[in-house]
This record gives sequence, structure tokens and C-alpha cells, in this order.
Amino acid sequence: MIDATRSLGIAAVGGLVWAGFLEGKKAYPTALRPPGAVDDARFLAACTKCGLCVAACPYQALVLAAPGDGRPIGTPYFVMRDRPCRMCRDIPCAAICPTGALDTGLVSDGEAGKAVLNINKARIGLAVIDRETCIAYWGIQCDACYRACPVIDKAITVDPVRNDRTGRHAILGPVVHSDHCTGCGMCERACVTKKASIFVLPRRIAMGESSDRYIRGWDAGDEKRLEEATEDTTTVTPRSGKSPTDYLNREDL
Amino acid sequence: MPGIREIRYRILRRLVQVGALFLFVAGNAWGWKVLQGNFSSSLLFGALPLADPFSLLQVAATGTMVAAKALLGGGIVLLFFAAIAGRAFCGWICPVNIATDLADSVRTAAGEGNRPLRMSRNIRYWVLGLSLILSAVFGVAAFEWISPVGALHRGVVFGMGMGWTAVAAVFLFDVFMVRNGFCGHLCPLGAFYSLAGRWSLVRVVHSKEQCTSCMRCIESCPEPQVLPMVGKRDGAVASGECTNCGRCIEACPEGAMRFGLRTQGPPKKVPKEVTS
Amino acid sequence: MALSRREFIKTTAAVAAATAVGMSVPEDILAIAAKAEIGWKWDKSVCRFCGTGCGIMVATKDDRIVAVKGDPIAPVNMGLNCIKGYFNAKIIYGADRLTEPLMRVNDRGEFDKKGKFKPVTWKKAFDEMAKQFKKHYAALGPKGVAIFGSGQYTIMEGYTSAKLMKAGFRSNNIDPNARLCMASAVAAFMETFGIDEPAGNYDDMHHSDTVVLWGANMAEMHPVLWSKITNRKLADPGRVKVVNLTTFTNRCSNLADSEIVIKPNTDLAIQNYILREIVNRPGAIDWDFVNRNCVFATGFVDIGYGLRPKIDHPKYKKEELDTASKESFKIITKDEAVAMGSLGIKEGDRMEMKNTGKAGAHWAITFEDFKKGLEPYTLDFVAQLAKGNADEPLDEFKKKLQALADLYAEKGRKVVSFWTMGFNQHVRGTWVNEQIYAIHLLLGKQSQPGNGAFSLTGQPSACGTAREVGTFAHRLPADMVVMNPKHRAITEKIWKLPEGTLNPVMGSHFMKIMRDLEDGTIKWVWVQVNNPWQNATNANHWIAAAREMDNFIVVSDAYPSISAKVADLILPAAMIFEKWGAYGNAERRTQHWRQQVTPIGKSMSDTWQTTEFAKRFTLAEVWKEWKIDDKTSLPDVVGKAHAMGYSSKDTLFDVLFANKEAKTYKWPDPVGEGYQNTEAAGDKRNVEGFKGYGFFLQKYLWEEYRKFGLGHGHDLADFDTYHKVRGLRWPVVDGKETLWRFNSEYDPYAKAANHGKFAFYGDAGKEIPKGDLLGPRGEEKVKLPNQAKIFLRHYIDPPEIPSAEYPLWLCTGRVLEHWHTGTMTMRVPELYRAVPEAQCFMSPRDAEQHKLKDGELVWIESRRGKVKARVETRGRNLPPKGLIFVPFFDEHVLINKVTLDATCPISKEPDYKKCAVKVYKV
Repeated sequence: MIDATRSLGIAAVGGLVWAGFLEGKKAYPTALRPPGAVDDARFLAACTKCGLCVAACPYQALVLAAPGDGRPIGTPYFVMRDRPCRMCRDIPCAAICPTGALDTGLVSDGEAGKAVLNINKARIGLAVIDRETCIAYWGIQCDACYRACPVIDKAITVDPVRNDRTGRHAILGPVVHSDHCTGCGMCERACVTKKASIFVLPRRIAMGESSDRYIRGWDAGDEKRLEEATEDTTTVTPRSGKSPTDYLNREDL
Repeated sequence: MPGIREIRYRILRRLVQVGALFLFVAGNAWGWKVLQGNFSSSLLFGALPLADPFSLLQVAATGTMVAAKALLGGGIVLLFFAAIAGRAFCGWICPVNIATDLADSVRTAAGEGNRPLRMSRNIRYWVLGLSLILSAVFGVAAFEWISPVGALHRGVVFGMGMGWTAVAAVFLFDVFMVRNGFCGHLCPLGAFYSLAGRWSLVRVVHSKEQCTSCMRCIESCPEPQVLPMVGKRDGAVASGECTNCGRCIEACPEGAMRFGLRTQGPPKKVPKEVTS
Repeated sequence: MALSRREFIKTTAAVAAATAVGMSVPEDILAIAAKAEIGWKWDKSVCRFCGTGCGIMVATKDDRIVAVKGDPIAPVNMGLNCIKGYFNAKIIYGADRLTEPLMRVNDRGEFDKKGKFKPVTWKKAFDEMAKQFKKHYAALGPKGVAIFGSGQYTIMEGYTSAKLMKAGFRSNNIDPNARLCMASAVAAFMETFGIDEPAGNYDDMHHSDTVVLWGANMAEMHPVLWSKITNRKLADPGRVKVVNLTTFTNRCSNLADSEIVIKPNTDLAIQNYILREIVNRPGAIDWDFVNRNCVFATGFVDIGYGLRPKIDHPKYKKEELDTASKESFKIITKDEAVAMGSLGIKEGDRMEMKNTGKAGAHWAITFEDFKKGLEPYTLDFVAQLAKGNADEPLDEFKKKLQALADLYAEKGRKVVSFWTMGFNQHVRGTWVNEQIYAIHLLLGKQSQPGNGAFSLTGQPSACGTAREVGTFAHRLPADMVVMNPKHRAITEKIWKLPEGTLNPVMGSHFMKIMRDLEDGTIKWVWVQVNNPWQNATNANHWIAAAREMDNFIVVSDAYPSISAKVADLILPAAMIFEKWGAYGNAERRTQHWRQQVTPIGKSMSDTWQTTEFAKRFTLAEVWKEWKIDDKTSLPDVVGKAHAMGYSSKDTLFDVLFANKEAKTYKWPDPVGEGYQNTEAAGDKRNVEGFKGYGFFLQKYLWEEYRKFGLGHGHDLADFDTYHKVRGLRWPVVDGKETLWRFNSEYDPYAKAANHGKFAFYGDAGKEIPKGDLLGPRGEEKVKLPNQAKIFLRHYIDPPEIPSAEYPLWLCTGRVLEHWHTGTMTMRVPELYRAVPEAQCFMSPRDAEQHKLKDGELVWIESRRGKVKARVETRGRNLPPKGLIFVPFFDEHVLINKVTLDATCPISKEPDYKKCAVKVYKV
């Protein structure tokens, strides 16, 4: 009995340390997952760290996190600056995943059963541009990211504006479009600045979210957002939190 | 120098352990289709899924429904060990076993030394339980995040990073702290297979007739509590904690131990417990 | 006052900004700024890449290039650059820069063709080089040696090599890689205008309201100019139209109002359709302009494809024979029969290529004949022939062609047509160039601001060096040619040569030098600023010839290239900022720079290498009698040389480069104050004891060179002037540059011609026979003073067309990130990473049909060879079904092993844009 208690004690102490470790590692926010990865929490739960996706990647682009990589151990991720996703049309990494952590359904068109893989639906992350260091915005004719983009002219377009300084040239600035960017990272690798001026971040970090309660009147498609809006339309601020009578009856004039 | 007979299973086990790792490495590095992935989940000949059932159990504990492919793979593996091979994963497949076997050899060569820490072999069942609880609480397969087993096989196949530290820790723990400390006391994967392999078919069978009670089998055994019948009666090992490593067979000069089937007779009475 | 590095930078930036807006800056701040800048020095230079000619500023510190910036007052780029220009500071410091001469030697250290490269001294290198030269020169004469020159030579380098070769060795076997790039443009300029190079300038991009690209992917190949066109489009999007004619969708299509994807080689038919439209539309022709300034002309159609005349040449592989036979005859196809209907040619006829030797011959025809010749090029015929994308409905394609004709013909609409390699690298390259002039001349839309046909150049000094200096097998400086006795006389006078020194027989052009090597009739070759074994078509032949035959190949380069790999001797060359130099860009702008740093290792400039080599030859060795061919012998001129004060023991160096006049250019010179001059004074390295020549070699070369053009429409300013300005567009008359040539309002030569508003005063080919569509008739010649020719040229199929066995067109070219064969840009880490390998751009439909996936390694195989590349169906270039595009920068994808060495029979420029290949999985 004492023995059993001691075992439990040792296990409990170990367990606490263990729990702290798990919490710390889970919090790492910027790992870029393979195409078809389910949302982060579910991905971390479902991934058994088998590395089949890594082995399946024909470009050796995926890395399986080793201890010390600063990513959740044993999970697959990309380092875009070194080896970006090449957007294989047959998505071998997602197709081989045994657990559903990578779900081919998320990167397919059509109904289950008749689904056809479509790598353009991958949402590994979103490319973000630092316009201050991006030399295309200086007026240099670069756009290496644009030409490297496998979804060229959709995910990245160039937005030409006149170069008022010279009066004779144009500035061809790259612009990323989140509705087409797969986050493959080809742009990040291609970028010629010292540290990439275009880089891929997980979409939840890279993107803002606009209010559900204002729809662009000039954009017919924008009403879609209303469909996804929450039912509750009540608003609360520190000022409006109290009931009117509570407020009115307080004699703290 | 031991004769080849005395290390025949050790050689075989190393071949299997290293061979499996090699096939995984080849699968990753050169695209061989024999065995791809690692011990957590894999594809045999590019078609047959295999998966670590304990890992899947943890995933299940997080409340995640894994895909059918993984379930099938886990089922196949579980069925194989539960019905046939027992806890053979630990002795024959697990790469950490190479390190802990080495640790045992070092210890033996050093004359055992002192043993500063005594631990119950049952801690592993608590760890097993804890693995599932933590998985449920944190929503990740908890043991897989810290497992030296995973660190080693993933490391060999996909890149070690700092993973060698976990293996080194196990090795040092086994050498300086507790004999067979990790595999025999802590590892929840071993515990899982101990439970799962409780009724497997392949067993070490003891023949009292040839036994001279020299106890070399027990000295060599990493889980000596599974050999209560030695010198006392005929019969197969009953405990699921036996890893079917065959060290007792190699150690026995008289041929009183051999691999056989469970049906060849269990000992009539199991003693309560033998601590190491 | 202690300041951190960061503060230093901030302070200097602030000072720069303040002075720029005329603010006064407190003294102590100025002092800090001065202190911050100690250690680096800025000077003007030119970008090393492409024909645009962007001005840059180069910063040096401790004898290293530490930075570049776009030169804000350079008119071309006003401070901007493309990414190659952005990395000028990094191109000369690649880790594998060649730093000492390397020679193939045996164990005893003697030259051995089968030996391994080992470092040798310059002395030993030149000794062996001269020994080998003398051996082959003695056996084969001036025809047996050759130089592969360059459009990336500095003007002085090209001039030095041409002078040594033509005046010294009396050989015309010097031909630049510009032959692979601009020769068709040159031939058409000469045939149409009688003088080389564009009439307009980059300001046309600012003035025009219609930009038509004919085989010019400016978005990638001339990015800074493309930004000018983009700016023009943005300035007036409604009015300004951009049309992109191309064989595959490229980045220019992005801005274009109309993208016209055509089948390879059919541009000529489209031009004829447009000409037909103009001719048949009432009022479209500017008759005032045409009557005053133009004549109509045509030439032979049966001129072959510039392949080997011997169609069963023993060096051909069996698979090549089929295509090779087209040099001798071809069976007329249905389309060809329609196109050449006016010549009475019928489908199924066997056309014998009878006029391969008279490819450039042409004669005047009447307008009625011209019109008759164009008659078959109806919209229906041309559209079905030229449509390049099988998926595009024919009607839409027709509408686009009509709209294009409308844009050209619209009165008052200014049109500029641009082209580069799409026209020039073409089996009828000269013709397509001529036809674009025909369109502009008929409409009177030429040589005016915003109106004109504008040939863009690829290389930084294709114009300045290759063309203006004349480093071609047939040329002399200032548009003169070796075949013309008057031109030789002028040259001999300026070069102070005995009369009769210069060889009157045209030398071997670039591809012919390769073929001669393979035939063993040239056995000594020197490669300068060029990588011929990677950039010449059908490379397998030439690689084998270099490595397996008895010959001696010297390659001067800064980096180990494929050509260096096949060489016997490699000489380490100084790079752009390591020497004094000058380039001439596509708008006739000549730009000079000073030497900024000491060359790396023991590398030396190409000029120095050439002049040093010249020291090893006495006049007695080279100016004796030589037999050139059965008809021509070069006289012994040593006697005349004595009369001119030369001694037969004088070396070529003494006579050609270190003569009395040369030594009047003293060093030091105020223009070089604060700068080094390795040729003049040696440098700190003291390379094998070289202390300098003691005079200002580059200035001498320049001042002598410019004598050729003065007063002949090619006037250049003096050396010192170019160090004060950001380049000048020639002709520079009375210190003023010329913006639009042939236009009396801008061009003093046109004004002096007194021929009205325009005068096409070029004097080459201005006397031609009269004739009809089939040939010249009679002996009478027409004189065409101040007139340009409007040619009639017919569509003909290329020699190789996709078939069942080789079902795809192959087109090659460049990408923005890399320059030519990548010897420099593949050594810039950022550019390497941006585009690490050449891919095989392919239509997704072809990939599907051949069961290929993106990224899959495939063989690209033609009748001549095969290479491996990875499939890319997405990205910058989107070919239509049936065509693949493979860039040529990557030596690991040496696509020129696959390409065909057919050339334009007039210009001898190879066609890199079409041959037939198959693609299959590795």
C-alpha cells in the first residue's frame, strides 16, 4: 500500500512537470502546418507524430519537429525561407495522413466520395508584406515573390502606381490576396531582401476580422459575411452594462 | 566472449530493431515503399496501415475521432501483439531497448554498483493512467510529447535535434539510478503492452526437468518477476510484463527455457510479486 | 562627439535630405556626416546587365565595392534599378572567382589537352597561348584562328580585340555573342535604313499612346523600361493601349489591353496581314511620307535556314539529317503555297534553296507588286495560320488582329513597336525586323517622338561595342565593312596600317566559328566576356569539338563557366568595376566609368590580356603574305611598314597599342584623379612585376576609335566629357546629343541632308537593281539617297516543326533574376535562392497528356540532344498547349544541347525560339 502511494506520488510530481511542459509547447503559435491541416487545437490532438507526411513530401520541404526546434515535438511544419511547400497537385502529405490531422476534405472540391483534390484550397498560412523593406515599393523592379507565386495573378498581384519622384516610371508593388493565398511560402523563399520582406504567418495571426454588422454597400458579395454572423446582436460596454433603472436610481450625481 | 548461441536472440532482436529503423529511414530518405513513417503510424508496402494503439488511445482520450486508416492500423498492431507476440514490441522493436540493453550491460560489467533509488514496477501503470488523463485535459496525446521512444525513432528517421538528450537521460537513469529503470518501471507504452499482451500465444516456456536452479535466467531477465516458476514447476510465463526477449533462453546453460506457446501449460499458481 | 553606427547613418541621411532641399545644415552636423562617410567613396558607373543602361553609383571602401545605388540623376532610370542591378555590388565577390591563370597540364607541368587544370603564371599562360597560336596560324593562316567577342565587352576592350585581330593578325574571325542576340536587328537596320541602330530613344515610351510588343518580354527582360511603359499606361489608361504579341503568356500580358498568343514563326504573316490592311484601307498610307522617303523592295525566298551547306555533313547524327536537309530543299506546304501565291509557288512543290548565297540580295519593286505580294495575307488565312492557343476561338483571335491593325492605322495615334529576341532569334529574323519598319514607314509613323519601331537590345554594350565598334566578322567601326575597299582604306589610315593590311574576306560568324572548329579549319580560339559553349545552339557538337579535337581554346572569364570547363587555358578576367570602361545602350547612349577597385587575385582586364598577347608577335610574323582562299591573297606589307617608319621587329603591341600617338595620352590625367588605372600604372598587387604601360591606354583607344564616326553620323564626344555627364546619345554634334535620328527637327545630319522633314541618310545599300516579285530585272540600278526601304517578305515555315515523334515547340529565353548563362547572377545568394534552377514551363494540358506532375524531373529531347529539368505548369510563363519554355541560365539544364543551330540566312543569328522536342519522365 505504501509502495502504491509512493508510486502515485512520484507519478503525480512527474505529471505536474509534464503538464507544465505540455502547456508551454502547445502555446507555440507560428508553426506552419501541411496543406489540409485541421485547426490548430484539433491538429495537435490528432497528430500522432508519425512523420508519414514528411516522408511523403517529394521535395523534403516538410520538417518533423525535433526537440529543440521550438515547435511542438514530432509535428510536421514548414520553414518557408528554406523549403517552401511546392503545392503538389496530388497533395501526398495530406493523402497519406492516417489520423485525419491532415484532412484531404479541406483541400478538395466536390462532395465526399466524388471529391477532387485542389491544392489551391490549402491554407497553410498567409503571406504578409513589410512594405518598408520591400524593394518593389521603393520602385526597384523586383516582384520576385510575384513571379515565384504558384497562384500568380490571384494570390499575388502587382499593383502599379506612378512613381511621382521620377515622373517617368511606375512602382509595381506586390499585393497578397487572402482569398487565394495558400501560404505555400514560395514568395518568402524567393524574396531577395536580407531577411524576407514577404513572409508567411498562420492565418489567425496574419489576418484581422471585420465587423459582422457593417456590409460594404458597393460589394454585392460582402453580404455573405452576414450569414456567418452570430445571432446575438446585443452590445455591452462598461457604460451599458448596468440596467437603466440601477443607473437612474443611483444618486451619485 | 560469449558463443553465438548465447547471444542469438540478441542478434536477432538487434537485426529486427535496426532493420525496422533502416526501412523507415529508407522510406523517408529514398522513398522506399517497404515501411514509411515511424512507429507511431506507418504504411507497410505502401498499402497496409500500421499504428501505435497506445498513441491512438491517447488521441481518443483527447476526444478526437481519428480517421479509419489509423484505427485499422492500430487494430492490426494491437491484434498482433495481444494475440500472438505479447509485449514483444519492447524487446524486439522498440529502439530505446537498444540503449537500455546497453545500460544493463554497462551495469553488469560494473558489478551492479549500488542502487540509490528503489522504485515500484507499478509506477508505469500510474503513468499510463496519467497519460490518458493529461491527454484529455490538454487535448494532446500527452506521452507522445515527452516519449523518449518517439524522440529516438523520430530522431533517427526525421532528424534528432535535441532528442538525443531524452535517450541519454534514459540511459543514464538506467545505469546510475535503477536497473531497467525506464523500460521496467516508467514507460507507459511498456505498461500498455503488458496489459495488452497478457493473453498472447507466444511465451517463454520453462522445463523444470532440465533446470539446475542456477538462477542465471532470473539474473539476466529485465522483468524477473515474470519467472516465479523457475526451478519449481514446468510451464509458460504467465505475466504480460515479459518482453519475450529470450535473454533467459540464452542464459540457461541447460536448455530449460525455450519459446513455446501459452497452451503448453501455465504455472498452476502465481506468486504475489517478486521485486527486483 | 561619440556616435553609434546607427546615429551616423541617420545623421548622414538627414544631411543628404537637407542638402537635397537646399536647407543649410549646422556645421557640427556636417562634420559628423563627413566623419561617417570617411572610408567609402561614391562614383558613377553603369549597370552590368542588359541593354537598358541604368546608371548606378558605386561605393568603395578599403578597395572593395561595398554598395551600389541607383543614380538618381541618370536619365534612364532616375535612381531605380531591377533586382539584378540591385545586386551589382555582389557580383564580383563570388567565392569561386578565378584568380590565376589555369592550364591543362600533364604531370610534368606541360600543356596537355587531356590534362587537368593547374595554376600557371601569366607568363607561362601567354607563352603557351602564343606557341599554340603560331603553330595553327602558320598552318591555317588568318582563317585558322578566331575570337569569340561580346556585347558585354567594354567599348575599349572590343576595340582592342578587333584591332589586334583585323589589323594585327589580319583575320576577320572575330564575332561577338551579339551575333546570337542582335544580328537580325542590325541586318534589317542596314538593309532598311543603310545605318545601324534605333532612330528613337526611351522618351518614346513617354510620348507614345500605343505600345506593341512583338516578342519582347519587357516585364522581365527590360524591367526598368517596362516601368516606364507602365507609367505611361497609368497616366492615360483610356487612351494608351498595350498589345503583347507572344508565343506564350508572359508577365507583359498583365498590363496589356490585348494579348495575342501566336504560333512560332507566324509573326511574319501577321505583319503582312497588317501591311495588307494598311494598303487596302483608303487613306491609311501616308503617301507624302512614303513618296518622299521610301522605296519598295523585295528579295529571294529560297534562301535556306543558315544550316550547314553540306546537308549530309559527317558530323551530323542520323537523327539530325532530316532537319539538316531543309538547307537544300523543302516541300511546300499548303500554308506556304497560299502565302507565296504571288510567286507562283504551289503546294507540294519542291523548293530548292538556290539563293542561300544571295540571302541578302534585294531589288526595288513597284507599289503594285508590293500590293500584289500582300494579297494572300487575308485575315482568314493569317488567323488560322497564326493562332497560337488552340483553346482560343478563331473569331476572338481575328478580332484581336483586326484591332491591332486598327491601332496601327488610326490617324493621329502614336505607335511604338518594341521587340527583342522574339524577332531577332528567328530563322527569318532580318525579315521580321524589316516588316515592322515597313508598317511604320507606310504609316509615316517613324522617327518622331512616340512614333517608331524600336529595337531593344539585350546586352549592356551590344550597341556600344559589338555594333558601333564592329567586333563582327564583316564589320569595321562606324558601320563600315571589311568587304568595302573604301572602308578598309579609311580604317587603315586611322589605324596607321600599310595599305592592303586588312583582310577583305568576311570572317566566320559565331556559329561558323563553332562549325569550323568541328571541321578542324579553325584550331585556335579565344573567348572573351562570353560563354559560347553554354549559349550557342546545338551545343553537343561544339563541346565534343572542343574537348576531342586538336585545337587550343583560351577562355578569359571571371568565373568558372561551361566554356572554361571545355577550355585548355583559362585567363582570370577583371570585372566591370575593376577597370576603366564604357558601354553603349539601346538608345545610343554612351556611358563611361572609372576603375573603382583593384582586380581580385591576379585577374587582369581583357584589354590588358589582349595588349599583352600582342607583345608576342612581330610585324614580320603577321604582315607577310597570306593566302586566304583561291581568289584572295593578302599582300606582304612589311616593306610598306618600313616606309611608314615601323621595323619588322616591332611588336603588334608597339604598333597598334603603344605607338607614338598612344603615348601622348599621359597618365596621371586629371579625369582620373583619385582613381587607379591598372593598365597605365599597375597596382598594389604588382602582378608578375607589371608596373603599367605609363600612358592612358583607355583614353587613347577611345580618342582613336571616335575618329571613325566623326562627321559620318556616328559622332561621339571626347573621353573627358563622358566623365562629366550621365551618358550622351550619339550622334553627338557640337556637344549636343541626338534624340530622334533622321528627323530634321532633332538630327543635325537629317537637317544637313536638306531633304525635308525626314532624311534616311544612312549610306549602305543605297544603290539597288530594279525588279519584280520574282527577281531583279535588267542592269539598271536605282539610287536611294535619304530613302528607306519598305520590304515585301513572305511567310515560310521554320525548318523544324513539331511532329508525332517530337510533338512540342521548344522556346528558350531568360528570367528576370538571372543574366544570360548565370555565371554572375547564380553567384549572388539572393538571386540564386529566388530562382535556383531552370524549369520546364509547360501547359497543364500537355502535362496531363504526358502524365507529368509539377516538379517532376523530365527529359527534354530533340534530334540533337537532351537535358533534364523540372516541370512547371504554374507561374510566370504559361505556354499554350504544344509549347514549352526553358530558360538558358542554368548550366545544369543546358538547354542549348537541345536547340537547333538554324539561323536567319541573312543575319546568321540562330533561332532559339523554336525547334521540336519531346518531353518524358526521367
